[in-house]
This record gives sequence, C-alpha cells and structure tokens, in this order.
Amino acid sequence: MTILLDVADVSKLFPVGGGPGPLARFKRRYSGGPEKLPKVYAVDDVSFTINKGETVGLVGESGCGKSTLVRALTRLVDVSDGSIKLGSRELSLKPSRVFARDRDRARIQMVFQDAGESVNPRFTAFDAIADPLRRLRKMHGKALTERVEIVASQCGLPLPFLSRYPHQLSGGQRARVGIARAIAVEPELLVLDEPTAALDVSVQVVILQLLQRLKKEFGMSYLFVSHDLSVVRLLCDRVLVMYLGKIVESGPAAEVFEHPLHPYTQALVAAVPRLHENGGGRLRLTGEPRSPIDPDPNVCRFYGRCPLSAAMCKTTMPKLRSFGPRQVACHFAEEFLLVPKA
Amino acid sequence: MTTAVPALSVEGLSVDFRTRSGIVRALDNVSFAVDKGETIALVGESGSGKSVTAYAVMGILDPAGKITAGRAMLGGLDLLAAKPNQLADVRGREIAMIFQNPRTALNPIRPVGRQIADVLIRHGNVPRRDAPDQAIDMLRAVGITDPARRAKAYPFEMSGGMCQRVMIAIALAAKPSLLIADEPTTGLDVTTQAVIMDLVNDLAKEMGMATIFITHDLALAGQRSARIVVMHAGHVVENAPTEELFKHPRHPYTAELIAATPDAAASLDELASIPGALPDLRRTDLPPCRYSERCPRKIDACVQPLPRSTSASGHMVACWNPLPERIANAPTESAA
Repeated sequence: MTILLDVADVSKLFPVGGGPGPLARFKRRYSGGPEKLPKVYAVDDVSFTINKGETVGLVGESGCGKSTLVRALTRLVDVSDGSIKLGSRELSLKPSRVFARDRDRARIQMVFQDAGESVNPRFTAFDAIADPLRRLRKMHGKALTERVEIVASQCGLPLPFLSRYPHQLSGGQRARVGIARAIAVEPELLVLDEPTAALDVSVQVVILQLLQRLKKEFGMSYLFVSHDLSVVRLLCDRVLVMYLGKIVESGPAAEVFEHPLHPYTQALVAAVPRLHENGGGRLRLTGEPRSPIDPDPNVCRFYGRCPLSAAMCKTTMPKLRSFGPRQVACHFAEEFLLVPKA
Repeated sequence: MTTAVPALSVEGLSVDFRTRSGIVRALDNVSFAVDKGETIALVGESGSGKSVTAYAVMGILDPAGKITAGRAMLGGLDLLAAKPNQLADVRGREIAMIFQNPRTALNPIRPVGRQIADVLIRHGNVPRRDAPDQAIDMLRAVGITDPARRAKAYPFEMSGGMCQRVMIAIALAAKPSLLIADEPTTGLDVTTQAVIMDLVNDLAKEMGMATIFITHDLALAGQRSARIVVMHAGHVVENAPTEELFKHPRHPYTAELIAATPDAAASLDELASIPGALPDLRRTDLPPCRYSERCPRKIDACVQPLPRSTSASGHMVACWNPLPERIANAPTESAA
C-alpha cells in the first residue's frame, strides 16, 4: 500500500498570555519575550500515516487537540515543529498564507463541522461550490457551470437548489453543499471534521452512505474526525485515539473498539450508549483532564483520571509502543493484551 | 408499576405559533404521563416538538406560542391554566428544568455559588445566611472538586461539563418532585455524558424524583429511561416501555428511527435512512397522521383521525396500520 500522508513528530504550541492589551504587553516584556511565555501543548509530537484509499478515524474529547491537528494538516495553521508529507511533497515548509495559493492546495480539502456556519451566508450553493474551482483550477464560464453541476449531482444535491442560499437549505442539503465544495477540486485526501454532528440520525445515515459511495468512486482517502464512536466504527478502517495532544492508541477500528488497550479508550468505549443494551459499561472517568499548559514531560497525560494511575505513571511518560497492527501508549498495555476478549 | 397519581400528566396539549408566514401547528393533542420516581424519555428528530412540550409545561413558551387546548396536571394544579404567581411558586420548587446549553442558561455575570444560593433562598426555605454554605454542599453533591473555590467562579471559567453540573445543582437545589432535562448532554463528550447521566439518575433515585428526559439519541434514551415517548411533527406516535419499544416497535416511524440509529452490530449498508422530511406544519391541509406522507405502510384508513390503541402492557401506538404486535426486530422494507 502506498502512503499518501506521512505526519512525523508534529507539534503545535500556542503561547498563553499573548494577545492585545497593555497587560499582555507588559507580561511579554518582563517575562523575556514570547518564547518564555507558558505554552498550550495542543498537539504534542504526533506521528501517523494515512494510506491511499484508507479511511482513518480520529477520536478524542473536546480540547484534546483533534481540531488543531486537523487544521495543521490541512495547512490552515502553521505547525511549531515536525513534517507533513503529502506523497513526496513536504507541506509544512510554506507558511499557510502562501500555501493557500499553492498548486497542491487542491490535493487536500476539508469538510467543516456545521455547513450552516462554514458556508458564506451570502453565497448561493452554486457560488460556494464554484469558489474553490475558480481559485484553484482557474475555471470560469461554461466549464465551471458544468463542473459544479456534475459535482452537485454526485453529492445528491438537486440542481434547482444551486441557486439557493444556505438559510434556504435543510441541514442535510447544507451538508451536501459542504461536501460538494470540498470534492469539487478532486482532492486526494478529504478531512472531515464531524460532518454529521449537527444532523438528525435519519439524515446522518444518508450523508454517511454518500461519503462511502464517493470514496469508492473517486478513491479518496478520508481523515474522519468525530467524537461519535458508533459513527467512526461504521466508516473507518483504522482509528487514532487522542488525549491531551498525544495519540494514546491506534489500530484497526474493529479491534480497537472491541478490545481497547489504553484505559482512556476503554472508558471512551464504555461510555457509548448502545441500543438493545441497558446500563452500558460501568467504567467512568473521574475528575478533570490535566492542564495542557506546559505539562510535565515525565508524567503520563492521563495520570489522575486514569483508574490505574500507578507510581511509574508519575515518573515516566509512556511511549507509543507497537503490538502487531496496533500502537498503545500505556505502561500496562501488556496486561490488557492478555485479557481475553469479552 | 404503581397505579398512584402520576407526578405529571399532560392531556391533549396543543400549541400553535403565530408567525408572519402563517400558523405553525407545533403540537397537536400531545398526551403522556410520568409516574412518581419514574424516568421517561421524549424522543424525536429536531422539529418534532419535544422542547416545545417542555416549555409549555414550564410556562416559558415564546410569546408567539399559544396553548390552544389541553391540561398539564401536576398534583392538583393545572400548569397551563395557572396564574403567573402560582407558576412562579411551583417552578424551581416542584418542577425544575435543565437546559440544553449550560453556558447560555447560566447567568454570565454572577458566580455560580450565588446562582445556586438564589434558588435555595427563593424556593428551598433556606435562611439567607446559610445559603452560601448549602450552595457549596450542592456543588460537592454534583461531584465538583474543590467546591468552596469553584463557588466563586463565573461560568466562563468552567468547562462545559462543569457548567452542566452547576445547572443540575441549580435544578435540584429545592428538591423538586419533577425534573425536565432538555438534551442535558448534547455538546458534551461521551465520557462526560456518561458521568452526567449517572449523576442525574443517581440523584433522581435518591430523591424519588420523576424525570422527563428529552433527547434525539435513541440509544441514550434506551439506556436511561423506563419508558419512551416517540414524537413526530408535534404528535405522540408511540409510547411504550423501553425494552418493548426496541424489541417490538409498532409505529412505522419508530421502526425506521431504530433502523437508522448506528449501533455496535450494524454495518453502514444495514442502516436505513428515513425517506422524506417533516411536513411543513404551517399547511392548512395537514393530514390527520402527519407521518402518512412519508410512511411505507400507508393505507386508505390513514385519512381518518388518529387512533390511540393502548395494549394491556401500556403500549400506545397512534397508527391505523401498525406493525404486528410480536414480530422479531424492525422491518427491513423501506419506501421506494
């Protein structure tokens, strides 16, 4: 299998206490410059790959750095450190503002969370889908109209709807516009940030089936970000679990969900409500996550909330270790590996 | 099940909204009851009238909304006919509500401890002097660490999960006999959702409180409630004990809703979508069954007023052509 996206040691830090205002200026001056400010480790040393035609899920709770990672990959923000390779092209070298006009911009596209808010309210559906084609493919006139109509019908958006504004469309139709806009320039990698979070179940199914069909038709790779594990499990081949800026577990989706090795993944899976099953797992996380601001590099990020929380978790950060097709960052992964499947 | 007087019984509730583009018939003849200490769930897609039902019962409908018929009996009091000052006494004391978005529902310029103390003073018969300490106890009861410090915090200083705990503390401060939780965990992570739902369940059990739990997540509703009321376009279409509803759904809409919900067992191809959309509730020619236009089991009788047949086990279905009573699983058919 060929690797499409190779992410190596990517970090994204945000200084805290920056921003405007006299107080922030004062702090910056007397703390020894912006480098000395405390930093939020939004994404901390993350590495993974996505193969051609693969669907990879990215799960984790809000604030764990999913969105920052995704924004870094799609080059909407610059990374602090590390490399992002799409095919043979290194993407992380150009600043994001320059990359916005790059030829390879079209190869990696994104579907945002709520199409109602991510589509310009003063653009019709046609304009929204045409915009990337105009900018990246320099299309215009008849060719542009044709291409927009083709993409719209591929996404199941009836052509008369192209002249409507976002507020005149239903949630499902807006989601289709968001998807059509992203695939119009024929990307190789499509990043989907919770594309169905704002939809009802009945519509969600249609959109998920649409995504699966499009993937088969065009051979795209997906990075599917979601906190809804039942959806990730339906769509994804492989899954990455993030916790406070770090990947704590990865592996084939079915295996990870059936037999999670990291205690955080276990709690996550246990918390998913299921039909035909009362009560659910009893594993519950207590307390609040640790602070992501200048975290101690020698303490496991999950320490304190983890039901294990042993002495060594406080002195050594567990490394991501491989177990066959899976990777886990926990000192006690072996013990869970030996437990027979429930 | 007890045959005692229900904690709340809603009978024939109808609500219209007057808008510039016509009258929206948001609720039509909605009836259900919740027993003392029981947890029921109101389930439906967005626009089905779940929240409007709750707002009507709480007397906080938008001014454009008019209650055109029905009663909501809380003990001996009809909430829909009650005077504003009667309602103000009942709200917070007898019946409390947890809102969907804690960040917008909490007062942004008042420390959370003060907001809890306000309820204690107004409804909990707590002397003004003792209220701050009791507010701290409430924060501890909903599982907030370091409650004395947190009581002085403002909502923006807290995470979504913590704000939701504060909302629960406010709702439960005066030990109400009925709690309405309107999508209490939407927007929270699944791990936090599980913890918050455990908390509501435990406190409800402890205090013998009846709970109406409003959600669009059928799986979550199934896990947390004894009975499920399914709503569609302002109608109650089915009302049954949870287990029976999942095993033998009788209304075609319920069956399709179950078939559309992603679950551990199903693959994407097995999931069925529900064809069509909610009808426009402004129409004057709405059919008696508002599902009939998207229904795969439509028959000629569907133009007659909705039936309400209730089986011996308390399984209500409003349909002329329901699925047979005991067949395994949901139907696989779907409309062309």
